[in-house]
Amino acid sequence: MMKRHRNTAAILSVALQGLGQLYNRQWLKGIVFLCVQALGLYYLVPRLGHAIWGLVTLGETTQKFVKVGKSTELVKGDHSIFLMLDGIIVILVLLVFVLIYALNIYDAYQNGKKRDEGKAVRDFAASWNHVTVNHFPYFMLFFPVLGVLFFTIMPILFSIMLAFTNYSAPNHIPPAKLVDWVGFQTFIDLLQMKSWSNTFFGLLVWTVIWAVLATVTCYFGGILVALLIQSRGIRFKKMWQTIYIIPYAIPQLISLLVMRNLFNAKFGPINQYFAYFGLDGLPWLTDPFWAKVTLILVNMWIGIPVSMLLALGVLTAIPRDLYEAAEVDGATSFQKFRIITMPYLLFATAPILITQFAGNINNFNVIYLMTGGGPAKGDYQFAGSTDLLVTWLFNLTLVNNKYNMSAAIGILIFIMIASISIWSFRRTKSFKEEDMLS
Amino acid sequence: MSQKNSFVRLTLSYLMLIILSVCALYPSIWVVVSSFRPGGSLYSKNFFPEKWTLAHYETLFTGTQYTFDIWYLNTLKIAFFTMICSVFLMTLSMYALSRFRFRGRKTMLTIMLILGMFPSFMSMIAIYIILLQLNLLDTHIAMILVYSAGAALGGFIVKGYFDTIPRSLDEAARIDGASHLQVFLKIMLPLSKPILTFVALTSFTGVWGDFIFARLVLRSKDNYTVAVGMYELIASQTNSNFTLFAAGCVIIAIPITILFLILQRFLVQGLTSGAMKG
Repeated sequence: MMKRHRNTAAILSVALQGLGQLYNRQWLKGIVFLCVQALGLYYLVPRLGHAIWGLVTLGETTQKFVKVGKSTELVKGDHSIFLMLDGIIVILVLLVFVLIYALNIYDAYQNGKKRDEGKAVRDFAASWNHVTVNHFPYFMLFFPVLGVLFFTIMPILFSIMLAFTNYSAPNHIPPAKLVDWVGFQTFIDLLQMKSWSNTFFGLLVWTVIWAVLATVTCYFGGILVALLIQSRGIRFKKMWQTIYIIPYAIPQLISLLVMRNLFNAKFGPINQYFAYFGLDGLPWLTDPFWAKVTLILVNMWIGIPVSMLLALGVLTAIPRDLYEAAEVDGATSFQKFRIITMPYLLFATAPILITQFAGNINNFNVIYLMTGGGPAKGDYQFAGSTDLLVTWLFNLTLVNNKYNMSAAIGILIFIMIASISIWSFRRTKSFKEEDMLS
Repeated sequence: MSQKNSFVRLTLSYLMLIILSVCALYPSIWVVVSSFRPGGSLYSKNFFPEKWTLAHYETLFTGTQYTFDIWYLNTLKIAFFTMICSVFLMTLSMYALSRFRFRGRKTMLTIMLILGMFPSFMSMIAIYIILLQLNLLDTHIAMILVYSAGAALGGFIVKGYFDTIPRSLDEAARIDGASHLQVFLKIMLPLSKPILTFVALTSFTGVWGDFIFARLVLRSKDNYTVAVGMYELIASQTNSNFTLFAAGCVIIAIPITILFLILQRFLVQGLTSGAMKG
């Protein structure tokens, strides 16, 4: 069989995007491909070299004052961070065009093959039709993917790269100074330099304790409340449910700021009630230990409604005939609870334990709005005794401008959550099923 | 004997329910009452004020220092458009991922999972610089753009729900000659009203509560959202402004809480369908 057309078309398309399509007499398609390549070249040619240079060197000249006649003028230098971001954007755009280029060669080859086999190639309308019907999902995903690519993936890539630079105050903040690649130095500092590692491991321990306690209290609290509402003989079930949803319905920002005032040691009503009973009142937010207790309590107030709703959903879904069968066998109500209700409930809601645990590791709002990380702890670097890793990361970025350090912490948090998730995925049964990720 | 037993049990249960209700409602009632109390301080001798006043609400809306009405409209605008865009992007992508088997699907799902594991603040600085270069800082467009751009990532719940709708329905429609788009619009969307309501509600209310990103982007007072305004209000001078803050809380929380309670049914369905799939 002749392979003349497929090879010629493919080679032509390698040489110039769209040429193979023109050779296959797919005029409109060829022109579209040509235009896309022209656009790509127009965008990339003036930028690509500079982008790669920028990514590799992160800039070579700082800004400086130059004497012009009598006055001095500020001459702009390289801005390392802008260079880095521009570099990533150009590389991403390049990848998109490379993808289109590959697609073009593949397409030319396939249509050439058709011609070799004596079949007619599709005209433009038919091609369009073919693509929109058989590749419909790609069309639907185009905009979502674009959004995620530029507002999630690219920023994350950028942050990961920051962790390998020395971008931090006070010595390496552009435009006055340049930023350089430093390899793993940031991680080494974070884990080995006494002042940093002390804070890091201290906060890590508290983060884990917090995540475990916060998850467990909310989970079992929610189940208990649900069981209470659903227990036999209780009336107005809907009303109780509605009342308990209210903490969930109020925006967290509001309820947390309100709570902060509620627990105010000097003027807050809680300590006022304590005083009413002749008690001293507690340093709810100002003592390291009590601040942690308060945080757990407040988090329960916020988190229990969700677990309760979930548990209620499961409870109503337990098949009635299970209970009937148990009754026939003469089971008491406690036995029914222990053998049917509890296992069913735990089994159905177990997956959310992991998601809630991961969520609590990054539970920014509760900590930041209630205590702001305080009360202060002397030997911590830019952190207080209730700070989680994620609030520390936030402060390092926005308050202290230690960008490289906070990026490194972000990567470590990611590794932590990723390993927990992978571990739990492997344990759940659904992992073995065909649609594991469905 | 057993009757007496169950009487004790019921009494204890009701007692517990009432205690829990007090815990759940106390903060809200306290704030509502505080918002009507004269003066500005956090401290008050009695729970109920001796005199009730509407002065704080007036200050919020007519005062020159706090342009609450403008903030309120700003938030409403951003929340509305964010809701539309996110629901649009979410349903599109999740429909594709739930219904079609195409090359790269699993990779895509895995990437989505992985991206969700990064702390969201990590991308803050990069987004800030991008907005700076696009000249979009201090605009509402930027807020809507960023809020909705990542929406597809939070869509697992929607996908979980789509998965539960039997495929035979859309296959039958396809055989009858409906296009993919028609199947999506005429069959899937009407059937997934509960989950759409749920995600629309959460993305709408999310905007009302976000102050971190909003504070980073919105610089001029006229562009503030209520969250930023409230945060600035309380962060600057809690003790002397508390009643004013309380009034603001009431105005923000009431519409959202009512929305939640009205849509409670969808809430339960949405939460359970999404979470149980894991």
